[in-house]
Amino acid sequence: MGAIQLEQVLKTFDATTVIQGVDLEIEDGAFVVFVGPSGCGKSTLLRLIAGLEDVSGGRIVIDGQDATNVPPAKRELAMVFQSYALYPHMSVYRNIAFPLKMGGVDQETQRQKVEAAAKTLNLTDYLDRRPGQLSGGQRQRVAIGRAIVREPKAFLFDEPLSNLDAALRSAMRLELSELHQKLETTMIYVTHDQVEAMTMADKIVVLNGGRIEQVGSPLDLYRRPDNLFVAGFIGSPKMNIVDGAHAEKLGAPTIGVRPEHIALSTEAGDWSGVVGVAEHLGSDTFLHIETDGIGKLTVRAPGDVLVSHGDRVWLTPMADHIHRFDAGGRAVR
Amino acid sequence: MARELSPRRRATLTTAAWTIGFLIFFPVLWTFLTSFKTEGEAIAIPPSFLFFDWTLENYSEVQERSNYLRHAMNSVIIAFGSTFLGLLVAIPAAWSMAFSPTKSTRGILMWMLSTKMLPPVGALVPIYLICRDLGLLDTRSALVVILMLMNLPIIVWMLFTYFREIPGDILEAARMDGASLRKEITYVLVPMAVPGIASTLLLNVILAWNEAFWTLNLTADDAAPLSAFIASYSSPEGLFWAKLSAASTLAIAPILVLGWFSQKQLVRGLTFGAVK
Repeated sequence: MGAIQLEQVLKTFDATTVIQGVDLEIEDGAFVVFVGPSGCGKSTLLRLIAGLEDVSGGRIVIDGQDATNVPPAKRELAMVFQSYALYPHMSVYRNIAFPLKMGGVDQETQRQKVEAAAKTLNLTDYLDRRPGQLSGGQRQRVAIGRAIVREPKAFLFDEPLSNLDAALRSAMRLELSELHQKLETTMIYVTHDQVEAMTMADKIVVLNGGRIEQVGSPLDLYRRPDNLFVAGFIGSPKMNIVDGAHAEKLGAPTIGVRPEHIALSTEAGDWSGVVGVAEHLGSDTFLHIETDGIGKLTVRAPGDVLVSHGDRVWLTPMADHIHRFDAGGRAVR
Repeated sequence: MARELSPRRRATLTTAAWTIGFLIFFPVLWTFLTSFKTEGEAIAIPPSFLFFDWTLENYSEVQERSNYLRHAMNSVIIAFGSTFLGLLVAIPAAWSMAFSPTKSTRGILMWMLSTKMLPPVGALVPIYLICRDLGLLDTRSALVVILMLMNLPIIVWMLFTYFREIPGDILEAARMDGASLRKEITYVLVPMAVPGIASTLLLNVILAWNEAFWTLNLTADDAAPLSAFIASYSSPEGLFWAKLSAASTLAIAPILVLGWFSQKQLVRGLTFGAVK
């Protein structure tokens, strides 16, 4: 069981409020991703759940028990740090066995559990090595191994993949998703990378300035952003935001259109512009178009589109896919 | 990348380094040589450097007149005792200042250091009276405690500097893994800080070994360490340069040997954190 509830959780550092009364419900077994720009409070919120920071107000409930003042060692949560935080003076075996040793588990059970975890994570050949002798990906796996052996109520991940190179990152992303399916344990994952959020989460929590902007499934947030911040943050490349007269014509002070929801033509359309940069990815082409009276817009075109730098093109936003926002930036539905 | 030095520059630097090293070492060497001279040769002018009648007489006389082993044992107990006791107090103190600092941490550290700026003689009378009233004059336990207190600021400062180099994440990981504060310090912090703790230990053993102010003022005979043993040969009754040198050589020999074998550790400890 690993249901976690946050009730009006508040955190202040001196005069600065970094978490502003957050309410959140995390169901048992869910994969929840906290996402937001740097300094939005996502890591602080995770550390509050872990117990590594004391809350300034509100309650944290883990499995129906008030855990607000329970020390981290007693919360039965496991955490994987961005820096891996392995014990450099211990072998991989002793690193993974450490939480079991702290829990007073006997040697034989320790051995069985460490070996099982090592097998799951392909670390069996490295058990005698020190962390310093491992690659980044292997170290990250040791950190995960250390987290899984104690069968915690929930796993907390603090940007665990940000120190890995792109290829390894996508491989580890997949491994973590598979691990979640296998263990069915609650996972809370902090990242600033919305691709990680979109690909892994059951539920994404978008944070900004210590507040929750929106909570929902990845596609929910992608299709129905509650406000301009979420609209701009979720999706890559970003949603195009248009305001002024062009937006008013479409019925709102500000409108948003995703790059794939703009029809491209070399003959006619609502808006006209000149192609600046064309990024050919093979499957898709992203065109950055300097549009007359609007500014830069990004359009997703098929991979074999035949336009290039300097060409004049016409753009038409697809009527069914226009997101409308009021003057305060909130979605109008 | 190392800079290439021209052969001439290298030779000049090497000569200069050896010269400075020799000048620093010279008093120790001279003491060592004098300890093998007769009292007459010891004060002869011009002094003879190597060509004199080498004798072990001073050593045997020193051994006859006083019990070297007992003083050496006192030195060992006082130096190591005060250092171990100091580490026991300083490790948790440095832990809290490095990993759980408050607004006043820096102030406390500066205050601790400032106590080293007070001349010890300023505290002599009260400490002497306290020791007298508690019946602790000329006891090793009093010296262990007093030297521990005297060196505590240095021990805390050194450990604080080492601990700050240890990533806080690792201690937090230990906390998440279910370690209590005591286990966090014993299983994670201390093993990771071993190089720092070892050099702190060595430096403080040396400081306590060489300490002469408190040992001379608070001991008479029973608890007198080697510093008091040397001082007993510098007496107003006559000139005993050769015997004084023999006593000094005997007193510094153990710590010189310890320092020689641990010099790598010492240098590493003293420059720890300077380059990351």
